[in-house]
Amino acid sequence: MKLTLDPEYEAFREEVSQTLAKNAHLAPMADDKGYKNPKRLAWQKFLIENGLAARTIPKEYGGYGAEPDILKARIIAEEFARTRLPGPMAGQGISMFVPTLLELGTEAQKRAYIRPTIHGEMIWCQGYSEPGAGSDLAALRTSAVEDGDHYIINGSKIWTSTAKQADMIFCLVRTDPNAKKHEGITYITFPMSTPGIEVRPLVDMTGTANFNEVFFTDVRVPKSGVIFAPNKGWQVANATLTHERGMLGDPNATKARLLELIALMKAEAVNGERLIDNPVLRDRLMKLQGEVYAMQANGLRITTSRLQGQPAGLAGLVVKLQGCDLNHEIARLAIDALGELGILYEEGEHLRSGGTWQWRYMYDLGLIIGGGTAQIQKNIIAERGLDMPREPKLAKA
Amino acid sequence: MEFALSEDQRMLQDSLKGVLNDAASLDRIRKIAVGDAGESAVLDGALTEFGLAALMVPEAAGGLGLGALDACLVQEALGYNVAPSRFLATAVAAQALAGHADVLGAIAAGEAKFALALTEVSSRRDGAGVELKGGKLSGKSLLAQSVDGATHILVADTAGAWHSVSAADAGVTGMQTIDRTRTFHEVTLDGARPLVSVMPGVEVLALARLLVAADTLGAAQAMIDKAVAYAKERQQFGRVIGSFQAVKHMCAEMAAKLEPARALIWHAAHALDIADEEGPMMANLAKAHLSEVGTFVARTSTEVHGGMGFTDLVGLHYWYKRIGVNRQLLGSPEQARQTAAELQGLVA
Repeated sequence: MKLTLDPEYEAFREEVSQTLAKNAHLAPMADDKGYKNPKRLAWQKFLIENGLAARTIPKEYGGYGAEPDILKARIIAEEFARTRLPGPMAGQGISMFVPTLLELGTEAQKRAYIRPTIHGEMIWCQGYSEPGAGSDLAALRTSAVEDGDHYIINGSKIWTSTAKQADMIFCLVRTDPNAKKHEGITYITFPMSTPGIEVRPLVDMTGTANFNEVFFTDVRVPKSGVIFAPNKGWQVANATLTHERGMLGDPNATKARLLELIALMKAEAVNGERLIDNPVLRDRLMKLQGEVYAMQANGLRITTSRLQGQPAGLAGLVVKLQGCDLNHEIARLAIDALGELGILYEEGEHLRSGGTWQWRYMYDLGLIIGGGTAQIQKNIIAERGLDMPREPKLAKA
Repeated sequence: MEFALSEDQRMLQDSLKGVLNDAASLDRIRKIAVGDAGESAVLDGALTEFGLAALMVPEAAGGLGLGALDACLVQEALGYNVAPSRFLATAVAAQALAGHADVLGAIAAGEAKFALALTEVSSRRDGAGVELKGGKLSGKSLLAQSVDGATHILVADTAGAWHSVSAADAGVTGMQTIDRTRTFHEVTLDGARPLVSVMPGVEVLALARLLVAADTLGAAQAMIDKAVAYAKERQQFGRVIGSFQAVKHMCAEMAAKLEPARALIWHAAHALDIADEEGPMMANLAKAHLSEVGTFVARTSTEVHGGMGFTDLVGLHYWYKRIGVNRQLLGSPEQARQTAAELQGLVA
């Protein structure tokens, strides 16, 4: 057990901290999510040049070209959290498509896409889920029929975030309707400007459109957009899903929310009593704090496993389920602590924290469902973590 | 950075598990639970031979000088086998009396065997509480642990000091809890002279509570292992019940709650070992958190076993009761959370 860092890493932290401090004036506003805003693009370029973004992406594809180092990655993330400066751009292109391309793309594809994607100049969206293919993703039906050097695509996708802003889509389509369901799928990329694509915003319970529906009508796309090989899309998608699961349930983000909640309970009073001085509310807070510390320690255990090149086992499998649930519970306590004022949502004199706790209480429920529902997570924990038997398959009618 | 058990710690764990598989078999636990002194002596003998008494005593005083994390691994293994043991009391006494080399030496040599009368640190009920007047201790303490065979009792007074007294100076009456594998006593002192007196820091109660949490971790892990094994074997409707999502999800929920709780125990123990200022706070959070998770696992594992879980035949109730007693022992979850809040300045 050793939770301190070697001097090499302490020096690295100091270097990151100074780079960020000296250049903080270049950063766009932390809450500015505008795509391709020049200040944001310049900040991303600066971060890449200084090894604070796209750190392990090879230089020839526009990255910084460092060796993978889990501790350095962790230190960088901690410094962004500490300074509250906007971190490297994320999104599905950078977090999911680029790692997949590095693993399975052709040299020409890597050269064409990675540099603009990591620099935020090319925005991607992900076409996976369909109205009839959610948890059972391999049941997807969007068809791609060969037409010389092209495919003709028909069907629709749902839960497509950033589809409005995206230049490109990476998409799962059915290229062989006669093969077994996992074997007739192809992973293909094409421009969102291709004729026949319609994007409709999907307004969710938060009142905003965080996702979209995408409809394809005779969309003609070149075969050169296929990643890896036709009918091998399921393997390619699984490579990508591994990257997505890693993104949800980060304990450091949860810890930050707990600190916000403690600050709220110290600052707010009801009937002349600070919320933190109410023993019932404080007890609930301490309960959540125990869970947050547990998830944080669990995160340390996962990091150590990765450093040692070992699988993280159960500790890794439970993160999405437990982390997303905990975020939701933290928001619930904040709302309960605010009581009647906790239900306010729109700007106004009595609104607290910009309505963010209610927003999270709704959006976090979306995350409990999205990225593999809680129930699918439990199947995975039981089957992969506890070696329990799979549900017997229904005989085909 | 390395957040993992060392090679030595894994060896300690494995070798103790080996001893307990044999010395604390369910057969023997059943006999101990009905008061079979001979069977108790066999288990005690095996644990004494393993060297548990000296584990937490500093090397300078003749012990092995191990830390809180090692102690948690030992207590977890004991909980896994629902094995009664004086280890928790010994470890807490060694920590509380750390400044007294002669006492530590006697603990390591197995000559001083401590019981704990610390219930009133958290709660005074039914007129309990021991007072120090004119250098003598009088009063009673409820639910004292490891009194059987003890030579000394570590008792807390109502002013916050802890004292070692000779067990011969105490009147003891058994108190039967739901958990028949461990004995608890009411201890009465009437003018007993303290042999050693200390004012313990917050880290001592924290260690005691953390060890109870580690015991629950072990007991809960055993209940998960038993539930999973049963669900893979038991057939209904023509298939093993573990293939039904309703059952599978119960098992997944238990594992999902317990696995991070294990990391919390490690982290809190390590923080105590390096005297990190958050250590006592984390240990109290761990006591409360393991109580909650343990209670959930105890109920859920029993339900996975269906009607059999409710019977004496499979003996699952020993673990259920172990976890139930641990939840209240040395402070309820609410009290541990209150302590955690106080330790971080959240209580005005």
